[in-house]
Amino acid sequence: MCSLCGVLGGSGHWTDAAARPGVFTRNIDPLQHRRERAHRIACASRVLAYYGLTLSDWQASSFVLSTATGKTELVEDLGHLWAAAEKLLGRPCDPLDPDLIVRLEGSND
Amino acid sequence: MTEPVFTPVNLITGFLGSGKTTLLQRLLADPALGDTAVLINEFGEVGLDHHLLERIDDTMVLLQSGCLCCTIRGELSAAIRDLHSKRERGTVPRFRRLVIESTGLADPFPILSTVQADPVLRHHFRLGNVITTVDAVNGIAQLARQVECTKQIAVADRLVLTKTDLAGAEQADALVERLSRINPSAPLWRSAEAALDAAALLSHDLFATAGRSEAARRWFATELAASDSAAAVDRNRHDETIHAFALSFDGPVDWTLFGLWLSMLLNRHGDRVLRVKGILNVAEAGAPVAIHGVQRLVHPPVHMAAWPDDDRRSRLVFIVDGLDRGLVERSLGAFLGSAPAYSAAAASSAASALASSASTRSTSQR
Repeated sequence: MCSLCGVLGGSGHWTDAAARPGVFTRNIDPLQHRRERAHRIACASRVLAYYGLTLSDWQASSFVLSTATGKTELVEDLGHLWAAAEKLLGRPCDPLDPDLIVRLEGSND
Repeated sequence: MTEPVFTPVNLITGFLGSGKTTLLQRLLADPALGDTAVLINEFGEVGLDHHLLERIDDTMVLLQSGCLCCTIRGELSAAIRDLHSKRERGTVPRFRRLVIESTGLADPFPILSTVQADPVLRHHFRLGNVITTVDAVNGIAQLARQVECTKQIAVADRLVLTKTDLAGAEQADALVERLSRINPSAPLWRSAEAALDAAALLSHDLFATAGRSEAARRWFATELAASDSAAAVDRNRHDETIHAFALSFDGPVDWTLFGLWLSMLLNRHGDRVLRVKGILNVAEAGAPVAIHGVQRLVHPPVHMAAWPDDDRRSRLVFIVDGLDRGLVERSLGAFLGSAPAYSAAAASSAASALASSASTRSTSQR
């Protein structure tokens, strides 16, 4: 735990699985960990833009999720990201939403 | 420093009276499982299952609080911690496997979640196969009435059809056909007609076999080939909305995008994604990555030693409750196609692989 902010470490989410034999993870060394975090922010931002949200890194340990009006939530991992986004928005974030799919397909062209 | 050893945890579930305890008795008679500890959940005032079981000594803990799924996640966690503690202190034999027998009314998900999410347990235990017993005589009726029964079948890694000697062949075949529609990828044993291979039921799981290509091939041959056998949904059934389908797609997958998509899907529809499993051709990973999840719970991804066959496509199997297959496929395709350039964050060598979109292509649903 960070003694300044009280954030618990050791995420149990499968996308941040602890490195051990037989487990696939990018949580192996600090450099790879930072690379993955930066890429995760870039990927998530494409989706979050649909909802008017932005994601940024926080101390290489958490992420800050923000609305256009400045409301923020600190999220530890992807397991908490979407719940936090729904809380900020007050509506569901559904990957099966046809409008979101059309938007992403459009941005891929 | 020695590598940590994770004790596999198997769950035996199945509806009331479907033969869980009988199965456990038979399995524990196998000398290969002599170093197995057992946790039993009793329901009601009399721990009947406890009295039926003979060959369980001081490594057995009887949970007292009734239905495992809704009341005693904390107690389950404490019981396993206690067993672990006793093992470390040498007051119980050094068991190398733990089997949990749940009550017939239990939703298996909270039990699995407890083992994987508990901050202590997750460093010492890992989930193994879930074995579900199905009563050949009453199975059809139970499926029609009890949603827990369907969930127990959907999360199974292994299905054991019990009382087949009491049921007519036609009755048993109808049930087997029904089971294959709910969970087409789980191998099925008919307990009354065949010897039960304890190793095949309990120990041949994904994590244990991932390092051995031949074993992994067999695992996937069963898991993935059978997935295409998901039959057309029978609209007259109670469980009409639960069905399985398989997706496959070419090209390397961006691991980050896949994680983003699956975590978003499970956050919103976790209750309706009963199972997701598959093998991914992850960009830069070198070897395939196996994914295995139950509802909102996804096991740590397994980095396999080699591909199980010549097919290099990523393949995913879903067992869902009411989700539209076409929409899931299109959504995944849209996410995987939206990879941003990696260059700002990473070495340029990764950029081409990550920027390439993985076109999704479905296999046919039979």
